[in-house]
Amino acid sequence: MITGIGVVAPGGIGVKDFWSLLSEGRTSTRRITFFDPAPFRSRVAAEVDFDPAEHGLGPQEIRRLDRAAQFAVVTAAEAVADSGLAASLDPYRTGVTVGSAVGATMALDREYCVVSDGGRLDLVDHAYAVPHLYDYFVPSSFVKEVAWLVGAEGPATMVSTGCTSGIDAVGYAAGLIREGSADVMVAGASDAPISPITVACFDAIKATTPRNDDPEHASRPFDRSRNGFVLGEGAAMFVLEEYEHARRRQAYAYAEIAGFATRCNAFHMTGLQADGREMSQAIRAALDEARMSPEEIDYVSAHGSGTKQNDRHETAAVKRSLGEHAYRTPMSGIKSMIGHSLGAIGSIEIAACALAIENNLLPPTANLHEPDPECDLDYVPLVAREWPTDAVLTIGSGFGGFQSAMVLRRPG
Amino acid sequence: MSTPVVVTGIGVAAPNGLGAAEYWSATCRGKSGIGEVSRFDARGYPARLAGEVPGFAAEEHLPGRMIPQTDRMTQLALVAADWALADAGVRPKEWPEFDIAVVTASSSGGFEFGQHELQKLWSKGGRHVSAYQSFAWFYAVNTGQISIRNGLRGPSGVVISDQAGGLDAVAQARRQIRQGCALVVAGGVDASICSWGWVAQLTSGRLSTSDDPDRAYLPFDAAAAGHVPGEGGALVILETAGAAIKRGARIYGEIAGYGSTFDPRPGSGREPGLQRAIQLALDDAGLAPGEIDVVYADAAAVPELDRIEAAAIGAVFGVRGVPVTAPKTMTGRLCSGAASLDLVAALLSMRDGLIPPTTNTSPAPDYGLDLVLTDPRSLPVQAALVLARGYGGFNSAIALRRAGSAQLGKKDPG
Repeated sequence: MITGIGVVAPGGIGVKDFWSLLSEGRTSTRRITFFDPAPFRSRVAAEVDFDPAEHGLGPQEIRRLDRAAQFAVVTAAEAVADSGLAASLDPYRTGVTVGSAVGATMALDREYCVVSDGGRLDLVDHAYAVPHLYDYFVPSSFVKEVAWLVGAEGPATMVSTGCTSGIDAVGYAAGLIREGSADVMVAGASDAPISPITVACFDAIKATTPRNDDPEHASRPFDRSRNGFVLGEGAAMFVLEEYEHARRRQAYAYAEIAGFATRCNAFHMTGLQADGREMSQAIRAALDEARMSPEEIDYVSAHGSGTKQNDRHETAAVKRSLGEHAYRTPMSGIKSMIGHSLGAIGSIEIAACALAIENNLLPPTANLHEPDPECDLDYVPLVAREWPTDAVLTIGSGFGGFQSAMVLRRPG
Repeated sequence: MSTPVVVTGIGVAAPNGLGAAEYWSATCRGKSGIGEVSRFDARGYPARLAGEVPGFAAEEHLPGRMIPQTDRMTQLALVAADWALADAGVRPKEWPEFDIAVVTASSSGGFEFGQHELQKLWSKGGRHVSAYQSFAWFYAVNTGQISIRNGLRGPSGVVISDQAGGLDAVAQARRQIRQGCALVVAGGVDASICSWGWVAQLTSGRLSTSDDPDRAYLPFDAAAAGHVPGEGGALVILETAGAAIKRGARIYGEIAGYGSTFDPRPGSGREPGLQRAIQLALDDAGLAPGEIDVVYADAAAVPELDRIEAAAIGAVFGVRGVPVTAPKTMTGRLCSGAASLDLVAALLSMRDGLIPPTTNTSPAPDYGLDLVLTDPRSLPVQAALVLARGYGGFNSAIALRRAGSAQLGKKDPG
């Protein structure tokens, strides 16, 4: 059961502001401000206006924690407060799973520049290394920070499966509860990849959009004019609680994680085959675990990255797995509003799914004016939709070939 | 009782031996793979020794097009995966495509590849960054590349918990087998012996600054002063005992129990979590402490951490209550590869009834450990325990049971 949620998203820090953004269909993409993007092909991103001190982090934490670790800690604190569990956590029965695709990449990019003196030195200079460089070197340090914050001493791990990390981390944590290794898991994902090295590497494979003259409308999943994703950042963390544990304390539950599965496409590190076969396998396996039929799904939270190949791939996968029901099921992509925060987005989308169930309201796909003829499902264009929503499917696709699916259900 | 999950294949790339046979022979002879860093000029740094995998030429094992798109850790991992599958007698193409998965651990990704691309970015500009940078350095790369090379489409994953990851990956693989996946390639193979990775590791404050390969990494010694980093690791093949017996596979041993905990925040006054991880693994395996014949220690060689580990082992097994070894004194600590390699050594200990030595160390008597020193010890090993810890507070333990002992006895194929 999800009994607590914390979110840091572009245009919406905290669950309340995040949900306002989504339900109003606003976008938070803009020209990159973190550094001068002029030399790059894609100069658009969804950035969070985030001041760590405002969210309770002290000067030493701010120095020690990469931006993504700061997001993880802030969202974990919000989730634990939201759950009302803070005072009663049993350390031994509480674990942590944090997902992240690229870890402390911002700090590593910045610190490399210093120790190499702007790339001049082949042998980088250790005299210029910051004391907490090892915390950036091993992204598992994020897990440490969250565990220290909540006082967790149970099973703790980072899960890093590229852009499916956010679904896989929550699925992993739910699995630990199911097998009895923990009663409570603080789980979710965080990424803060808006740094020159990330922008450059996505430029090199033309994965990100060059729609630089119109940043607010640059993320256009399922639209005929889409030409790549918009890089984003953020985090979502949850308190996941064993059913009886939550029931005994009469906790409010947003949703139940009913099914989860992942598959690999074994095809290409960055490419997708058009038929969506492996993703459809993951969807079927997640439905099987939930013991649900495709017809019971009320809404699909799409990966919807806005690359040419992704949107066709997942449209095919959803049709393949849900059959005729795919045409009757609304499916939207919130990356249209908050960009693609790599490993974090899967968890942010789970937060959106839980809130869709709570509010019976589906966030829209912004910027969708003219659907690609090959993307012929109901993508909830432009405006949020009131919709009875008891069960949701969320899907993700990542570099490395990872295809993941999770089913969330209104608590019974 | 859950279905027993067993290891039927092993692939090793270690500093003291490429391939499981070479590694095991070197390890039992006490042959070290630690020497001066050769992959970059380390003379100007405070630490200058490493355990490097010798004589590994990626182009001898992998297609030419793979070389420019992979970091060294991925090249080593791809080859270790090939060897593990071959050792298990598994040709993936003959298996249903969704039946085999890959779960690897990483600690810091393809750091050397990342250094090269960062250098291009900062010295020449973003347009010079390789298209492969989008995946070659990231933490999921080994799983992705092993999956692609072998056509493995099952429920795969990647875990990161520093050194503990090498056991956490195997535990996650066991979960996937129990949930119906037929076969999993699991473990950790790591490498970041480049100047950028070196500087990052130096800031941990845990690297030995000794120049003497025989005195640099001395766990449980009064002179312990940090470790020597290394590269490499191991991948293993997991499946159910039933499936292994049915297809006539050789069984190295059962992944009988697993426990994972996290240390409390420093200054909290609460107990460290390692002892609990050991207890959880033993309980999960249904093994009493007295049934464990050897403990493969994490062996941090940082006095405070050695003390905690010795106390945890002592609390569960008693003073000098169980043989303890740390053959990683011959390889260095291999990041996420270290514990997977120890797991392999423990399986081979069970196969051969032989415990390899902890070389170089003269144990401080107050730790109360029965360390296997200098020469290997011959001893029937029915069950073994492997410990691993990761920076920040990760503790993991895996208990192994020999094929042919109690649970698997009647079904042992020979």
